[in-house]
Amino acid sequence: MTQVASTTHIRMMCMLPAAIFFAACWLLPVAALVALPVAKGWETYFLVLTSSRYLQSLLNTLWLSLATTLVTVILGAAVGIYLARHRFRGRQVLLSLLTAPLAFPGVIIGFFVILIGGRQGGFASLTHSMGLGRITFGYGMLGLFLAYLYFSLPRAIASYTAAAESMDPQLEEAAHVLGATRWQITRDAWWPQLLPTTVACGAIVFATAMGAFGTAFTLSSQFEVLPITIYNEFTNYANFAVAASLSIALGLVTWGVLFLARLLSADANPAQ
Amino acid sequence: MNTPTMKRSPLLLLTTASVCLFMIGPIIVSVMAGLVNNYSRGLSSGLTLRWVWQVWDVYGSTVGASLGLAVACVVCTLVIGVPCAYGLARSRSRAARIFEELLLLPVAIPGLATALALILIYGNFTSLRQSFGFILIGHVIFTLPFMVRTVSAAFQRQDLLAIEEAVRTLGANFTQRFLGVLVPAVLPAIVAGMLMVFTLSIGEFNLTWMLHTPLTRTLPVGLADSYASMRIEVGSAYTLIFLVVIMPALWALQALATLIQKHYGN
Repeated sequence: MTQVASTTHIRMMCMLPAAIFFAACWLLPVAALVALPVAKGWETYFLVLTSSRYLQSLLNTLWLSLATTLVTVILGAAVGIYLARHRFRGRQVLLSLLTAPLAFPGVIIGFFVILIGGRQGGFASLTHSMGLGRITFGYGMLGLFLAYLYFSLPRAIASYTAAAESMDPQLEEAAHVLGATRWQITRDAWWPQLLPTTVACGAIVFATAMGAFGTAFTLSSQFEVLPITIYNEFTNYANFAVAASLSIALGLVTWGVLFLARLLSADANPAQ
Repeated sequence: MNTPTMKRSPLLLLTTASVCLFMIGPIIVSVMAGLVNNYSRGLSSGLTLRWVWQVWDVYGSTVGASLGLAVACVVCTLVIGVPCAYGLARSRSRAARIFEELLLLPVAIPGLATALALILIYGNFTSLRQSFGFILIGHVIFTLPFMVRTVSAAFQRQDLLAIEEAVRTLGANFTQRFLGVLVPAVLPAIVAGMLMVFTLSIGEFNLTWMLHTPLTRTLPVGLADSYASMRIEVGSAYTLIFLVVIMPALWALQALATLIQKHYGN
């Protein structure tokens, strides 16, 4: 009896420091953030849907993140499958080079785009020397999309390489013997086996893209995304209630997507 | 028949090669741009280290600040995260599950929102606001779930329950059991968690940009500042310093983690 009580007590004590820190430094501040728009009236919460400017920014972010996720998943799966089945000299080095950008802050990736597609960029010099004038693509939607692709791909490559290494080769062999085309093998042998990775990785890529701030900040893009809108409202206009309201909307979207993905993978994998 | 069709797929090879070029090309261009006299004239303008020295003069302190912050963040997540992971792994109560879910929220919602919330509540405490402690709080909140999740999964191993019970019957008190038996048993997971926390803290920008002050600048904050206000060669040289300082540190830690996992893993 006393022993049970004391083990429960010890478990509580173990969690206490983290719980206090979390309550003081996250729960309390976020509760204040969530309550902030009330002062300006309940309609402030729905500003992201009712004001056409903020709605446009939300839609921009959604489309950009969706496109990024789609292309990342396709390219990441292709590279992952290739790297999982080929053993060549320098493969490990290549893999660590391809995943190294996971540690890059978003600002560096924005800078890469400026270096290549900006006003002084390599691409502009190239088109200039071809007599086409200095063409830039860094500051619009294309530049943002390429940058988002850049910071999403390493995660996808790492996940898909690991997943493809544990794929069952017999399934594919059987399909091949039965005369399946490449497309059929992709659809019937690869796709189902990589589905859990696609759901988990796709959700993380989407949520990261939605919340990414550093990249768009460096590019000071003409294509406005929601994190930049929030930052401008807060810093340039001191519109704290609006910034809070937009943050809540953004947080709901990213959390919702991640939550949905976890439900889906729990369904597919009831053992967990 | 031995070779499956897909072994030699030109489409996969082409895709992989293009992705490699896309990922590695910009790094090479950036390194080169930091070492030439003039980026638009390229290598023909001659190689120089003067941009690197200029960056070191202006932003050198950010390197130490970022490394120190990352180490402090690792220590904090160890001290509060590892016991918490144990508590969560052993608790079956609903409250513990809810707490586990809540801990994940700072990762699921954008860092910008967390930073705004912190400023809202603690922004007026000037001495905190102007110290690195403010950034540290943000980093710990953001990285804690990575440590807790990784280590908690390791604590759930079935054989560990039996060992813990055996040591208890031998009369070891909780501190002895925890530090002498449990922590060594999950050491590979702890090291993996430390590596993750260190990597995330070094590169963190979304929170840090909101939380920093002119006197508390980290490497990514300095990078953003140089990109906005300095010539392109200086930004490149700064990026080069980031790569030269951070990447070997990360690779060394990764090698260490693999070594420990081999040594302790069953």
